[in-house]
Amino acid sequence: MAAGRRGAKRPLRAQTARRRGARRPQAAPLFRQTKARLSRPPRFPLQHQDKTVKAHRMELRVTDLACARGGLPLLDGLNFTVHPGEALVLRGPNGSGKTTLLRTLAGLQPALRGEISCPPEQMTYAAHADGLKSTLSVRENLAFWAAIHAAPGGDEGVTRAMAAMNLTDLADRQAHNLSAGQKRRLGLARLLVTGRWLWVLDEPTVSLDVASVALFASVVRGHLATGGAALLATHIDLGLDEAHTLDLTPFKASLPADPGFDEAFL
Amino acid sequence: MIALLLRDLKLALRAGGGFGLGLGFFLILAVLVPLGVGPDQTTLGLIAPGILWVGALLACLLSLDRLFALDFEDGSLDLLATSPIPLEGVVTAKALAHWLTTGLPLALAAPVLGILLNLPGPAYGPLMLSLLVGTPALSMIGAFGAALTVGLKRGGLLLSLLVLPLYVPTLVFGAQTVTRAAQGLDITTPLLLLGGITAGSVALLPFAAAFALRINLR
Amino acid sequence: MASLWEYANPVKFMKVSGWLLPVTAVLAAVMVTVGLVWGFFLTPDDFRQGSTVKIIFLHVPSALMAINAWAMMLVASLIWLIRRHHVSALAAKAAGPIGATMTLIALITGAIWGQPMWGTWWVWDPRLTSFLILFLFYIGYIALWSAIEDPDTAADLTAVLCLVGSVFAVLSRYAAIFWNQGLHQGASLSMAPGTRMDWSYKGPLYLCMTGFGVLFLALVLAGTRTEIRARRMTALLTRERAKG
Repeated sequence: MAAGRRGAKRPLRAQTARRRGARRPQAAPLFRQTKARLSRPPRFPLQHQDKTVKAHRMELRVTDLACARGGLPLLDGLNFTVHPGEALVLRGPNGSGKTTLLRTLAGLQPALRGEISCPPEQMTYAAHADGLKSTLSVRENLAFWAAIHAAPGGDEGVTRAMAAMNLTDLADRQAHNLSAGQKRRLGLARLLVTGRWLWVLDEPTVSLDVASVALFASVVRGHLATGGAALLATHIDLGLDEAHTLDLTPFKASLPADPGFDEAFL
Repeated sequence: MIALLLRDLKLALRAGGGFGLGLGFFLILAVLVPLGVGPDQTTLGLIAPGILWVGALLACLLSLDRLFALDFEDGSLDLLATSPIPLEGVVTAKALAHWLTTGLPLALAAPVLGILLNLPGPAYGPLMLSLLVGTPALSMIGAFGAALTVGLKRGGLLLSLLVLPLYVPTLVFGAQTVTRAAQGLDITTPLLLLGGITAGSVALLPFAAAFALRINLR
Repeated sequence: MASLWEYANPVKFMKVSGWLLPVTAVLAAVMVTVGLVWGFFLTPDDFRQGSTVKIIFLHVPSALMAINAWAMMLVASLIWLIRRHHVSALAAKAAGPIGATMTLIALITGAIWGQPMWGTWWVWDPRLTSFLILFLFYIGYIALWSAIEDPDTAADLTAVLCLVGSVFAVLSRYAAIFWNQGLHQGASLSMAPGTRMDWSYKGPLYLCMTGFGVLFLALVLAGTRTEIRARRMTALLTRERAKG
């Protein structure tokens, strides 16, 4: 795990670099690549990324990453790697860009610059909204996400996920009858049925009580023990001994002192 | 994708899913038009093909603004975008679910409403046929419009403004099929053109819609 | 050699359009004024349509520009999607209301022309219908631009709408022809042998058409300049807020 700042910062360009297409080709041994080149204008966003074949290795590597929210650069010069069995906790005050970074890593928004390399189809994302359908039961919600991810295990996986997050008693209850904490637990149980290697979690412990936080921590620990990895943005201490911490404050993107016309044209 | 289709169908059929609303709207329209136009059977028979097609089109429009908006609000769309299904597939599955819960029932119910509007006898078959062929295009074009407006707070009205002009060719060829059948003319040309629009929409619009969704998610 | 794309740089664009705008504006004013005065007062009346036909000097150029404005928006949208030049997106945005106004002028002058000729203000003729539908497309396009807050998102989404809309606008045109064979007279200008229009009309008409073209250019330049300034102001304000 190496987290550090690297290189002199380049000035902002008029044109926001754009990721080339958020989808990656399926089931191919390719590395997902985000590469924003500054030397030439980014291409048609519908296009797929470079299909560079690299050795298949389970790790998330972020190189010289910069990301922006609403056209305004938030973070710059991020470098870190997450290996199997590791957890990385992102810290920083509100508005420091935790959510933006996680959304960028999940491929939901383009990076301003830099490279993210991660095995394809190996990341799952969970944010403030749990993606639950209120008229479906707990089991149906989980079964849907299991089917979408075509995860091995099927119904058994769903049952196991419910047991892990202490939801078995609620299996047939409709999601709109759940409390906020129970919904949250259901949202986190979804992670288990995706069968994905890397969990990207944005404030996973919101509205969880102390016991549920401990339960969730043990689930994460179990995931790490089986070779999984997790990237969390959280304010509370989960008690994960194996977790590294990355404070985002030093990576705050600075704005050019006197933007020329071109630069001010975000 | 099949899982997504089944989930959407299940959601539509459960309480609050809005299944049947479009059908009810279609029925009310077919009742209101004679009340407005007058009970003259000849006039009603003349305008029946157009009224039925316009009614089907508006009924399709009703449920469109919820197509992606609900998934966008509860975060499902974010999760679907990171799932193994390409967004193009998500769009297609959701448009298909929309058609199965809106367009298909409309096509099946249309002949009954045709009786209310004194639709001439030879036009019933072509009415159902044209609706079956044409409504998938309505769902797909609507899905594209819904994808464009998914991030907007008051997208519903804007959605109709964007989608209705796009419905023009479908409406013209669909209604022409029925009108010609009512007049005892050959319906092959408009029906084929209608099928062409549907095929083109289903083939190309998922890409445009998925592109719009990606932009709205970022 | 200087590449054409250099003009897509906002700074360069502002510099060039700074002197191009007054030139085109004056040129457009002169051409349209001369063309209209020539057309309205210095041409003979048509033997069948009388002096009513002279509205052609407004009707045809505006109709032409209504279609060309959409074509320009389509090209600008494509350039934005492919090369991501902000000026291109903003030019497309500026062209929207202008094109809509041109369509409206064409529709209104057409109605004024049609009333004495056909005895009605409006008929559901394919040409008229197509223009009405084109107007609806313009309204949708403008509405989408104004509904989205983030400028890049708005540019992307309106560009896609413009692309898809173009296809459906063409389809609508053929659908309208299929739907009703029409009352409208044929194209006013035609390359076909057996010229139907006298040169005394063609002269001012060509002048008006060119004038409207230059007018459109001037309006788009002015609109784009405004959009660029507005965009820059928002960007600077955002920066101030982020610093403070």
